[in-house]
Amino acid sequence: MDPGFPILTALIVVPAVGAILTLLVSKHRPEVVKLVALLASVVTGALSVWLVASFETGEGGFQFVSQHPWIEPWGISWNVGVDGISLPLVVLTGVLFPLAILGADPHHDHKPYLAWLLLLEAGVIGSFLSLDLFVFFLFFEIVLVPMYFLIGGWGYENRVYAATKFFLFTMAGSAFMLVGIVATVFIARDNGVGEITFNLVTLAERADFPLATGRWLFFAFAIAFAVKVPVFPLHTWLPDAHTQAPTAGSVILAAVLLKLGTYGLVRFGLYLFPEAAWWSRPLFLTLGVIGIIYGAVVATMQKDLKRLVAYSSIAHLGFIILGTFAITSQALTGGVVQMVNHGLSTGALFLLVGWIYERRHTREIAELKGIQAVAPVFAAGFMVVMLSSIGVPGLNGFIGEYLILIGSFLAARWWAVVAATGVILAALYLLWAYQRVFHGEPDEDNSAFAEIKPREGAVLGVIIALIVFLGIYPKPLVERVEPSVDALIEHIERRTGETVSEPELVEEGG
Amino acid sequence: LSHLQQQPVPFEGPDVDWFSLSPMLVLVGTALFLLVAGALTPRWPRGLYAGVTAAAAIAAGVLSMVLWDDITDSEPSTLVGDALAFDTFAMFVAIVICAALLLVALVTDDFLRREDNDGPEVYALYLVAATGGIVMGAANDLIVLFVGLKTLSLALYVLAASHRRRAGSTESGIKYFILGSFSSAFLLYGIALVYGATGSTNISAIVASFQGTTPLERNDALVLAGAALLLVGLGFKVAVAPFHVWTPDVYQGAPTPVTSFMASAGKVAAFAALLRVFVVALPFYRDDWGPVVWALALASMLVGSILAVVQTDVKRMLAYSSINHAGFMLVGLEAAAHGAGEVDSGPGVPSVMVYLMAYAVMVIGTFAIVALVARTGDVATDLDSYRGLGQRRPLLSLALTVLLVAQAGVPFTSGFIAKFGVIQAAVEERSYVLAVAAMVTSVIAAFLYLRIIVATWIEAPGDAEREPVALPFSSGLAIAASVAFTLAVGFFPDWLIDASEVTTQFAR
Repeated sequence: MDPGFPILTALIVVPAVGAILTLLVSKHRPEVVKLVALLASVVTGALSVWLVASFETGEGGFQFVSQHPWIEPWGISWNVGVDGISLPLVVLTGVLFPLAILGADPHHDHKPYLAWLLLLEAGVIGSFLSLDLFVFFLFFEIVLVPMYFLIGGWGYENRVYAATKFFLFTMAGSAFMLVGIVATVFIARDNGVGEITFNLVTLAERADFPLATGRWLFFAFAIAFAVKVPVFPLHTWLPDAHTQAPTAGSVILAAVLLKLGTYGLVRFGLYLFPEAAWWSRPLFLTLGVIGIIYGAVVATMQKDLKRLVAYSSIAHLGFIILGTFAITSQALTGGVVQMVNHGLSTGALFLLVGWIYERRHTREIAELKGIQAVAPVFAAGFMVVMLSSIGVPGLNGFIGEYLILIGSFLAARWWAVVAATGVILAALYLLWAYQRVFHGEPDEDNSAFAEIKPREGAVLGVIIALIVFLGIYPKPLVERVEPSVDALIEHIERRTGETVSEPELVEEGG
Repeated sequence: LSHLQQQPVPFEGPDVDWFSLSPMLVLVGTALFLLVAGALTPRWPRGLYAGVTAAAAIAAGVLSMVLWDDITDSEPSTLVGDALAFDTFAMFVAIVICAALLLVALVTDDFLRREDNDGPEVYALYLVAATGGIVMGAANDLIVLFVGLKTLSLALYVLAASHRRRAGSTESGIKYFILGSFSSAFLLYGIALVYGATGSTNISAIVASFQGTTPLERNDALVLAGAALLLVGLGFKVAVAPFHVWTPDVYQGAPTPVTSFMASAGKVAAFAALLRVFVVALPFYRDDWGPVVWALALASMLVGSILAVVQTDVKRMLAYSSINHAGFMLVGLEAAAHGAGEVDSGPGVPSVMVYLMAYAVMVIGTFAIVALVARTGDVATDLDSYRGLGQRRPLLSLALTVLLVAQAGVPFTSGFIAKFGVIQAAVEERSYVLAVAAMVTSVIAAFLYLRIIVATWIEAPGDAEREPVALPFSSGLAIAASVAFTLAVGFFPDWLIDASEVTTQFAR
């Protein structure tokens, strides 16, 4: 391994240092505070783009691995690496944070707000890059603190309730994972590994858990991730947290934080416990499909626009769960691609809803009417993002859902059939919401709705550009994801002795 | 009559290695000096009483570290005719207690001046109590343990009542005294029963009396009854459920710096005694006391976390949280039960030692802030008093937040390392149920810390005009030191873990 610039460590350290620098600037210079924070997030974003450029496409394993002993008595080391599954999520994080900082204004106390955001970024990127179970847990858990303060400090009327619920739900999930991590390490020591190590790769390659033990351990991990995703029925914290969070908080929560759950299921579920994951497929497929249908139905009934988007998130993440636990190459690739897509489109939707709230000080669908007539560009932007969220071909949402459904159809046919109705339901609730909010004649309150501002336009423009680019030309994303997914599927086949059913109808270049 | 004519045998005292006792001697000497010199001279310049105490704490701490080095270079041994153990375990306890004493002395300094109660007595009592604590950690004889416990406790009873103008303080002292004496009686009875069964109060002799005997030859009923009573007596001092009932009242009533001393040094000393009595003296009965400790741990964690949720007074909240933390430490003791008496005694004891160190510092820092927010009169300890603190005193609030999330066990703090250690120990010994229960109660307990954090940062200040929260230098120093320690251990825990792993080489 080339001991060059430790780019992965830098990706974690830069935002953390940015947070500290932000705190050091005098609070009487808000513009400097904002500039420092924005610079830190932009540098992180640039680093993540550079990471894409230097990433070896076609390689399935971990790249840029950097490992240093940290807490030696406990066998813990600082161990980071990136592969095709974590790379898109790191880039998504790197790109979305500056946009969220630019796109949403907290209106008070900029300094702590921006410091928490940057700390959150460090935590999220750290979670995606960690290859050591202990280090992963540190980052996974530390993420709660900034998010708690962001919701509690800058959210809306019911923010303390929502923030506390978010913190306690997620922490309860992690409680099981912490015991699971420690138990994994000790049980693995006696089952093939022979030493105490928290190294993910070592554990995944060498540990051979007894059947029942592996399943228990898997569930200790899975419960933490299922809360984070959230998988039905552990989702009740999400609508509250989303609705009460400040705009940037919702964007980050939806786009990146929820992915910690789905990413965790792939990395620490499928990879570490292939047998248990294979065994529990029916359960997770069912929960995923329930999430798709339930999220869609509940979203249809929402009166609050932000809550509607929150429930649509539950439905979309149901698709990702379906893709993950179908355990085929296509479905899992689709799942990873969909993580990025959902991050872009739902992140953008939350930004737009936030901007609507800025203008009208309400999120009630019934109070909004005819905005298209007074703000056509705003409406057009909303339309594109919404269509991407529905999964219209030509926009990014399509490719992910298509791969998931294709991939899961052979492996889990009836689940895929039911899930496909979710696509139709998504069109129903989003189009209906769009119709109610944007169509018709604007009444008195809505006729003064301001058109999109240059800064908002710039932020939205970047996201829409990505949405369209990935919709038309998803190859750069897919070709980086696929080798790692194939390697993971092969790992699962090798460890379980099962043969993963692959659909034959998709032939690349055919 | 012949025996009357024998020459009387002159009494020969045991050899005393004075240097090995130097930490205790420094503390006792300073206590006597403060009392005598303080009585003979007019009021000293501000901060000097505290300064002398702090200097003594530093000196004793440094001496303990020097002695630690001596022990690791040679072998653990016993002192003063087997009465005291001279091992790294004892030195670890001594260092923690000295650190606690140093921080508490700093916090007490401006507290006493604010309350117009400055004088040498409180500091002398701290020093005496610390000596008692160190003796408890080093005691290799149950009677010496009892003497150490009484020295610690009597000083604490007086300290709890030392705020002369506040009825709550007196009430707290009386409650603590009555219940504490009651529990000491249990302890003494336990010692008597163990003596009856084994023929000695000396821990080395007790262990020797079990060795080479078959279970049938031992007087199990007596030993077990004695062990149960010892557990009750020490459990009271540690404040584990169901012997915790005094804790909220006493913690709330006692002057806040004294509360921090009880929660840190008091708990450390009692826990050290608990570890030594059960892990070193009674390993042959580990299958009997292990399950009891298991139940006590579970009860403490549940009581401490659930009852904390309904409190509105921050000192009571922290009292319940200290019960929860005691439960966590018992998880470590339960893990130690699996390996007690073996050559490699397992991860239980080191995990408790790390926990004690981390918790002592966190809790003093937290109570130091509580003392500042309590303002003049030491009464503003309800949650409302914290409202708006984030705007008026952002740095102090940040320190409080760090210390509280550390107590909740958030990563990159010493609290996380401590909790991870005991969970790791429990899992390694396959106490999965206890490990999961511990983590679940830590979530419940997190709610309590969040409530304080919410009051500090998020809730608007109340309407009532309140005295502004002062931030004097010495308290600030203590708070900064505890925050720095909490974060430093959170990022670089190696050295503490390494040190704790040495402590399992007990003197026998």
